[in-house]
Amino acid sequence: MSPIILLSLALMSLALCLAFVRLFRGPTLPDRVVALELFSSILVGIIGVMAIATDVASLLDVAIVMALMAFMAAIGFARFLERGGPRDD
Amino acid sequence: MTDIVGEGLVLVGALFMLLAALGVVRLPDLLTRMHATTKAATLGVTLIMLAVAIHFAQAAVVARAFGVILFILMTAPVAAHVIGRAGYFVGSRLWEGTVKDELKPHYDPLTHELKSGREGERRPGESDVP
Repeated sequence: MSPIILLSLALMSLALCLAFVRLFRGPTLPDRVVALELFSSILVGIIGVMAIATDVASLLDVAIVMALMAFMAAIGFARFLERGGPRDD
Repeated sequence: MTDIVGEGLVLVGALFMLLAALGVVRLPDLLTRMHATTKAATLGVTLIMLAVAIHFAQAAVVARAFGVILFILMTAPVAAHVIGRAGYFVGSRLWEGTVKDELKPHYDPLTHELKSGREGERRPGESDVP
């Protein structure tokens, strides 16, 4: 594994930690949903970098499924919020 | 040569993702946070998938990588729009430095009704007698 790949993985892990800070603190539910969506984007990136690092091309399928699930989760959360979820938390 | 290009793309993509995470922590309200995550994270994923396509350089893998890019480019704005709309309707507070809220005069939070602002005008061909 080349040092640049390692550095990129470290940067993305730091990004995951920062997104988790917002997920933990986020004053309202929509803030947490935004943090979750950022989580999934970063995870797709990490899966892509791991595909490069390990030379396993089938990891891309995992990335596709991850992106699909994130989109579905965002739509579902938004419907839930608009149809009268908890207004404040 | 392709290795250097691919690693550069991976590094820049990771930096953009870090930028998105920094924005989601530091920015003041929901809409500005979404503005950081949607664009920067999408660009980061796009760059990393380009690096994957360059690294493998087989037709099947390149097609899948571009499939991921296309899917993310199509779904990220839709998801951001839906979450922003839900967040506004739920009543998440805007930043106190917000200059303009164009939705406010048209939206009634009690009846959950959104007006177009042209209700009083008569359409052509419409008569006064109901």
